[in-house]
Amino acid sequence: MSGSSQPLAIDVRGIRRVYNVKPTPIVALQGVDLAVEPGEFFGLLGPNGAGKTTLIKILTTLLLPSAGTASIFGFDVERQTKQIRRIMNMVAGGEQSGYGILTVREQLWMFSQFYGLPSKEGWRRVDELVDAVGLGEQREQRVSTLSTGQRQKMNFARGLLNDPWIFFLDEPTLGLDVSAARSVRELVLAWKAAVPGRTVLLTTHYMAEADELCDRIAIVDHGRILALGTPDELKKRVQRESVFRLELDRLDGGPAALKRLPGVLSATAAAAQDDGRERQTVEVNLTLEDDAALGTVVGALAGIGSHILALRKSEPSLEDVFVELVGRGFDEEPTDGEPANREPPAPDSTPDPRDTAHEPGEREGEQAVV
Amino acid sequence: MSSPFVFRPTASPQEAANWSRRQILATDLRAVVGRAYPRVTGLFREKSWVFFEIALPFLATSAFVFVYRAVQAPPEYIGFVVLGGAMTAFWLNVIWMMAQQLWWEKSQGNLELYFAAPMNIMSVLFGMAFGGFVMSSARAVVVLVVASTVYGVAFAVDQWLLLIGVFFLTLAALYGLGMVLASLFLMWGREAWHLTQFLVEPVYFVSGLNFPIARLGIVGSLAIALLPLAVGLDAMRQLAFADAAYPLGTPSPEIEALILVAMTVVFLVLARWALRILERLARQEGRLSIRWQ
Repeated sequence: MSGSSQPLAIDVRGIRRVYNVKPTPIVALQGVDLAVEPGEFFGLLGPNGAGKTTLIKILTTLLLPSAGTASIFGFDVERQTKQIRRIMNMVAGGEQSGYGILTVREQLWMFSQFYGLPSKEGWRRVDELVDAVGLGEQREQRVSTLSTGQRQKMNFARGLLNDPWIFFLDEPTLGLDVSAARSVRELVLAWKAAVPGRTVLLTTHYMAEADELCDRIAIVDHGRILALGTPDELKKRVQRESVFRLELDRLDGGPAALKRLPGVLSATAAAAQDDGRERQTVEVNLTLEDDAALGTVVGALAGIGSHILALRKSEPSLEDVFVELVGRGFDEEPTDGEPANREPPAPDSTPDPRDTAHEPGEREGEQAVV
Repeated sequence: MSSPFVFRPTASPQEAANWSRRQILATDLRAVVGRAYPRVTGLFREKSWVFFEIALPFLATSAFVFVYRAVQAPPEYIGFVVLGGAMTAFWLNVIWMMAQQLWWEKSQGNLELYFAAPMNIMSVLFGMAFGGFVMSSARAVVVLVVASTVYGVAFAVDQWLLLIGVFFLTLAALYGLGMVLASLFLMWGREAWHLTQFLVEPVYFVSGLNFPIARLGIVGSLAIALLPLAVGLDAMRQLAFADAAYPLGTPSPEIEALILVAMTVVFLVLARWALRILERLARQEGRLSIRWQ
């Protein structure tokens, strides 16, 4: 339970999930503990195969844990699935759900019926959401003709049909171009701001996305949570020094002149910049023991006649945190010595013609009628 | 700037999750309508079905009509084959758009959204069945009316109510079987494709779509005991051609109606059971949401 009388939005204790596949079982989650407060925007950040989707499937009642317990607002994910399904919704990246032959309005209305909205209220809610996500012009357009970004906006609207108390977003910007991804992120933030008290669990492997959206983040790898905290807290874990970039009009003696100062760990020159006004500026990367040493540097620069044109403090990124924790970047494969667990492989990328050939009336690029 | 999203203050999540029986029932019924919607809409939106689902079956039925005329079979046989041609629509709908459907829904990613919604998953099957019934009825009616007119079929019906009742019972049993197959096909995965192929021509044959099933002897009797299409079609033939010169030699329509009732009950119970097993297995093994399984 959280501090108040309300149960935690997400309470995960010792969750373990093993897929019994041949030749060797796959351990997707190995003892995950997680507590998310109501109203939080919580992120699970990790590379592909880290176990994020497995955890979200368990929390959305689609998968059973092999061991451990999990609850959503106090409802057990194994036994109280119906209660959970009434108050949650989910949207995944690259989602192709629904029927291409329907229009955007019709598709959303159909899903509204699965959540028990009376027909008229369903249409009203659909119109409201279609406008909210910016699909007003596409409302009567067939789903099969939507662009990927438009489709994801529609999926996002689908996820909000039942005003969920907890909203699961599984890589919601996967496969979207920069503009569409930004648009989806803005929608998520706008919805979250409009509905106080609602909880969001986001999985992503885009660090900037997690940084921008989430109140707290858990960094996941190999089925384990490696670190948990606010983005700032996580970054501070790797920020042992203060790093600044100075832009100066001149620096007699070069960076070496600064290196000798007390509290300065390193000073290196960045490329000289031409500011277009017939003079060059000098950029210096400065690593200090702490922020207090900056005063010494500023004083010394004034003493040698250098003027500071710009001063920027460099923040570590979440990728730096990940590298610090795991010893490799997001896109790097684990080395031989690392644990061998992995998430289930992606669906076969080569479509089997039998998968779709049985759908009468289906055309290329269009989903079947039914 | 104001948010485009509307905030509806609601009770706590605990209260929002606590539904009355009425809410549960209403949601299940709405889900039936919701799932039927794409099928009914597709009927009006995809005009190609007129050719593929009416013109082509009409040609197949016509072929048998010409064969019966050539061999100077009793005139009722023309009516038998026309009735069989009309009922083909429902069987094809059951095996292609019911039995295969959950598998397709899974590969599209719909299935996990269905399971994650608060409705009873049986509502999805009922919705598919109802939508399929509307689609197939359109085809069946056109084939029946056109073929009867072109080939001069003379119906002789004494018990209209029983005929209509048997028709709907046949559909109930057929779609009940479709619901069972939908779950089984999902569990069997890709192999279901081969089973579907197996269920086309052989079922046409043992159901006596193009000839009276009594001609098959013991095989026909077995089919009547097991296949809704066989028993329903036989009962409808007896009722639609009451003055047939040659008795068909199968149970009376009343008995066959009871067989259909029993089949409907058994299939619906089996479908519900199969879905529960399926959901349990799916949650245990990840079959529901992970497409490669």
